[in-house]
Amino acid sequence: MSNATESAAIPIVVDFSGGLEMLFDDQRRHSVSLPAVDAGGKPANIAFLIQYLCKNLMKDPRVDLFVLDDHLRPGILVLINDADWELEGEEAYKIQPHDNILFVSTLHGG
Amino acid sequence: MVQREAIDADMTDKPFANGQATAATNLGADGGSRRLTDEEFERYSRQMIVPGMGKEGQLRLINSRVLIIGAGGLGCPAAQYIAGAGIGIIGIVDGDVVEASNLHRQVGHSTSRIGVKKVNSLITHLEDLNPLPTYVPYPFQLTPQNAADIISQYDLVMDCTDNPITRYLISDICVLLRKPLVSAAAVQKSGQLTVLNCPPTPQGRVDGKYAPCYRCCFRKPPPPSSMVSCGEAGIMGPVVGMMGVAQAGEAIKILASALHIPSPTTDSTPERNLQQPTLLIYTYDLDSAVGPYSFRALKMGGRKRNCFACGENSTLTLEGIKAGVPDYVQFCSVPTSKVDLPPEERITAAAYHTAKQSGELPEHILIDTREKEHFSFGSIEGAVNTPFSKLLMKAAAIKRDGSPASEILPADAKDSDAPIFVVCRTGLDSQETVEKLKELGLDNGGERRIVDIMGGMKAWKEEVDPTFPYI
Repeated sequence: MSNATESAAIPIVVDFSGGLEMLFDDQRRHSVSLPAVDAGGKPANIAFLIQYLCKNLMKDPRVDLFVLDDHLRPGILVLINDADWELEGEEAYKIQPHDNILFVSTLHGG
Repeated sequence: MVQREAIDADMTDKPFANGQATAATNLGADGGSRRLTDEEFERYSRQMIVPGMGKEGQLRLINSRVLIIGAGGLGCPAAQYIAGAGIGIIGIVDGDVVEASNLHRQVGHSTSRIGVKKVNSLITHLEDLNPLPTYVPYPFQLTPQNAADIISQYDLVMDCTDNPITRYLISDICVLLRKPLVSAAAVQKSGQLTVLNCPPTPQGRVDGKYAPCYRCCFRKPPPPSSMVSCGEAGIMGPVVGMMGVAQAGEAIKILASALHIPSPTTDSTPERNLQQPTLLIYTYDLDSAVGPYSFRALKMGGRKRNCFACGENSTLTLEGIKAGVPDYVQFCSVPTSKVDLPPEERITAAAYHTAKQSGELPEHILIDTREKEHFSFGSIEGAVNTPFSKLLMKAAAIKRDGSPASEILPADAKDSDAPIFVVCRTGLDSQETVEKLKELGLDNGGERRIVDIMGGMKAWKEEVDPTFPYI
């Protein structure tokens, strides 16, 4: 029973934009099977997803271009199903099956 | 009618504290009701017959004043449509001059105007497109000292700049002066667009749902190390052009429909003005056709209670900004750790060249860490290309798997003990590379020299070979 819970995975789609795709094998779109619970047994939230992406999906070692001091670095927006994560509870948002999570680096050129 | 004289940087007198500017303000939402001239009627006929525009919409445009900050990749296409649509007064701010490398995207300039101030070049183009508006050149940079005086002369501001320092400054002034702001940005293969502060609400008001400012959406700038400019990373013309045109589209809509006129002081809620704040992102892939995710419209939050600029306890003032508070340069340049190599691990481009020519330089490995697109235009004889990002990935893989450090070196140099020289584009990545190679133990405990060529290929062009195709 508990094994089944631990091995359960949530299918989600993770997108990168504004240059962040460079850190993830130059792929803008990734289908991810996210463990349903974190190491402490809590349901997977955005904070856990960010850690998971750094460990499992990021090919580029420049982690500080994505995470600084254990949080997303300034200048990256997170969109949960196309809405700013601030409308959804930020890092604490509990990830649901088939969510689309988009990470966008803010641009300044022109 | 057309004002060609540059406005003094200190803006001691107000050029539009006169009839025309006042008229624009007084006309407000109803757009006034004068007759269109025959020339206006003819010129604007195709947009006036669009449902929702009409004569009223056109008169509102004619009575409006728009400030375009930046006459580059966003500002050129934006200005073309703003001028074409017949906005009455169009101010343009930019201190740069036209360069050949601007022309693939900055379509308001021309080959014959290379070297001319961008503001004057663009106005030349716009006057030919539509002589009816008044064009006001500000051929200098926007600064905390001049920003409020300039922005106060206009009804709407378009942020077409290329750096976060100016973006935060513009937004702060727009909050304080209650100006709607249409903001866009683009780099390489992505673009972003958002309408801010529309309709404007007094600073500190948080008792309802209000439009966000730039700081509400983008609280902190990215660290400088993660930021790339169009000059470094490149930019596709249509990407930035698309965003500039979209900016003009938003500005025209706001002014023609008077979405920027703040609601009357009564408590009636101006529902139509409170649109869902949206960030439009455009993604352009060189290796695929337009697809379902090329454009995405993202829902953003409204005004933030704790926003530094517009929130309830904001201490931001026009006087403060003029006096240097906040410090925009510092705000946008959070210190990052810098590599500091000792002098014996560095050589100037000129010294490297001289030593090589005179045969003093021993046989060595020369690694060029620029991206392969840059490398493809030319390199120092004997250089091998390992792009910086690839090099860092290899270094991480070596640490992870415990494979031999020499794996990171070019294939035919793996067994060599020869000194290593590293060159990059401007001299920063190469220093980090030297550090990285030492960390992997490739300096054999100090036995083997690993040297940074100072200033990269930029310095090579300046000191050694002026014909080098540096980008």
